[in-house]
Amino acid sequence: MKNTGELVIALAGNPNVGKSTLFNALTGLHQHVGNWSGKTVENAQGSCQIGSESCTIIDVPGCYSLMARSAEEEVARDFLCFGKPDGILVVCDAGCLERGLNLVLQILEVTKRVIVCVNLMDEARKKKISIDLKKLRHHLGVPVVAMSARSGEGIEELKCELENMKKRKFSGRGECVVKSTDYDPEMECFLDLLEPAVKICFPDAENSRWLAARLLDNDESLLTSIKEALGKNPMTCRCVVNALFDVRLAMEKKEIRQEELRDRMAASFVLRAEMIAREVVHFSCRKRPRKRSATDRVITGRITAFPVMFLFLLGIFWLTIAGANIPSRVLSDALFSLETQIWSGITRTAVPLWLSEFLIHGIYRVMAWVISAMLPPMAIFFPLFTLLEDAGFLPRVAFNLDRCFQKCRTCGKQALTMMMGIGCNAVGVIGCRIIDSPRERLIAILTNSLVPCNGRFPLLISVIGMFLIGSGPVWRAAVTPAMVLALFLLLSILMTFLASAVLSRTLPAGLPSAFVMELPPYRRPQIGRVLIRSVLDRTLFVLGRAILAAAPAGAIIWIMANVMAGGDSLLAHAAGFLEPAGRLMGMDGVILLGFLLGFPANEIVLPVILMAYTAGGSLTDITEVSAIQNILIQNGWTWRTAICTLLFSLMHWPCATTCITIFKESRKFRWTVLAIMIPTALGVLCCTFAAAIFRMAGFG
Amino acid sequence: MSQLKSGEYGRILHIGLEDTMRRRLQDLGMIPGTQVECVGVSPLGDPVAYRIRGAVVALRKSESSEIQLRRSRGDGAWK
Repeated sequence: MKNTGELVIALAGNPNVGKSTLFNALTGLHQHVGNWSGKTVENAQGSCQIGSESCTIIDVPGCYSLMARSAEEEVARDFLCFGKPDGILVVCDAGCLERGLNLVLQILEVTKRVIVCVNLMDEARKKKISIDLKKLRHHLGVPVVAMSARSGEGIEELKCELENMKKRKFSGRGECVVKSTDYDPEMECFLDLLEPAVKICFPDAENSRWLAARLLDNDESLLTSIKEALGKNPMTCRCVVNALFDVRLAMEKKEIRQEELRDRMAASFVLRAEMIAREVVHFSCRKRPRKRSATDRVITGRITAFPVMFLFLLGIFWLTIAGANIPSRVLSDALFSLETQIWSGITRTAVPLWLSEFLIHGIYRVMAWVISAMLPPMAIFFPLFTLLEDAGFLPRVAFNLDRCFQKCRTCGKQALTMMMGIGCNAVGVIGCRIIDSPRERLIAILTNSLVPCNGRFPLLISVIGMFLIGSGPVWRAAVTPAMVLALFLLLSILMTFLASAVLSRTLPAGLPSAFVMELPPYRRPQIGRVLIRSVLDRTLFVLGRAILAAAPAGAIIWIMANVMAGGDSLLAHAAGFLEPAGRLMGMDGVILLGFLLGFPANEIVLPVILMAYTAGGSLTDITEVSAIQNILIQNGWTWRTAICTLLFSLMHWPCATTCITIFKESRKFRWTVLAIMIPTALGVLCCTFAAAIFRMAGFG
Repeated sequence: MSQLKSGEYGRILHIGLEDTMRRRLQDLGMIPGTQVECVGVSPLGDPVAYRIRGAVVALRKSESSEIQLRRSRGDGAWK
């Protein structure tokens, strides 16, 4: 990568200071942006035009320091320290410069090829904070750029600095003069003992002082990374071992414990950052900020918090259901009238009848159903959710709910991963990296699919609408399903708590997480951008995946319905085989088959079920809700079937993408199996239980 | 620190936590002498939000009770 002469630049910084926004502004790419810490969990890569040439920008997950604590921070640290980027852009929040400086100082110990971006200047100005950039540059010895990545302020200036950095790289001149942070005299003395030995051991390493400090720090995970990155274990080098021995001896003599040594090292950076911040940052507003904003008092208030959260949930669902109704109908009308036209066109050609039936009644029809049922609710739900995310609502929800997670002995950040799971379970599973403790992370991964993802909403919404709610005026026709949907979501949250609590008491004990969560300031979401990005990126991506999964499923169903074996179609055989299990759970064989074939993507479950019911021959027009309802009723559906189907939709195996993601994240086959077993077992239990109650109550 | 009420200030005297948690707090700039301000309690009473060096951070009582504070009045510049 480096030999091409292309500049490789890493973007680093504390979580939630706008790294991804800056990344997007520089590269024109659309890395997802959200107002909460830990949103970026993987290195993202893009290229950017600097002058006449392009350079590669790498967005690194946010971290508070280079002494990593969690998986995502390890990703960041390893890349910054050993990835050998040509330069590092350290992004700081102007409103919270001091903490950003702590990281800047630590990175400066590793490399001098740094540009500091003081981002969010617009927010800081509103808070009447001014920053003396000249002084900051003087203190740090590296270029400093003030900017607001959201509005594009300072981007050109930054590009200039990047160009300068490029010139410096090739001329090899004009290196910045950086004064590295001094530790206290005793520590410096230890470092003086170690550094020469490190220089002998790693003659090529440019940052021997930093390496020496890390050896002194004795952080296991970092030592492993050093071994991997430099291809040599410093502990096998005689001179280093001897020097370390001397240092330990000196430490013992002065009665300095390892823990204290680490404290002192950390404190050196914190204190220097404090000193610089005191000189550089000015508050022109003497009044102290209020304890808590009015919004926060409502959203996290003792009495108001839970009703407000429920109302938000209800509101989102209501808007999704009410808004999706009409576009859904228009879409399905259009797609099915198109089907009639294609059909009449294709029958006039020489294409054999079975092939055109296969293509149109098999593949096309399922795809049309998936699009018309999914696109409108997703196109409404995703933007709404993204707006809340952008505004900074999600961390507050985690803050409110943390007590419940404490009772389950899990991490409060699981609330964040659950909320990501509402969008897509696979995303939720990846998001679990923000949880530090491996054990609590595993619990969050295993239980994530208990939260219904967006792909399950069409089934939930339409079944609720058809069987659990009577018709009524328009507003009620949307509010009541939203209410029922919200209640079902509460049930799934409850199940998550239950499963987490059981898991945390049965899984082998491990270290509890360090629960420290930042509550970012509320930010006005960029409405226009949110709308465009969430529709184009998330909605179309998920829809594309669903269509890809729908086509083969439609083909399979059609083949199964039309290939005969022993007088009955394969479909009838399969459904007959599943029938007893389905009946036990208050459903039928076809519904179970639908869930099984829906493994590639949850979105196609209902279309597959309908397809299976109608594939026998009766080609009903499926453009009207009442038509779908009729098909279901003709096949023996009652409100009891509906409830069991809803329960099973909430709790069954995660979709294929999620399973693969779980395997990648947990790296163990057995955890993947467990992640499939847990929701499935819960679903089977709940459905069987519900069905038994219905039977005992004298129904069916 | 867990006894700090909303709106009160304190300065850290001693952090009685070890390993990961101790380092996390140091990353946030919490060392002896750092000022913390309690800004709000979550609806179920735990965790509690504190302003530390300009940022609002939520901590559980199980951790904050291990941090000793000396109550203070809070200096003019809010840090």
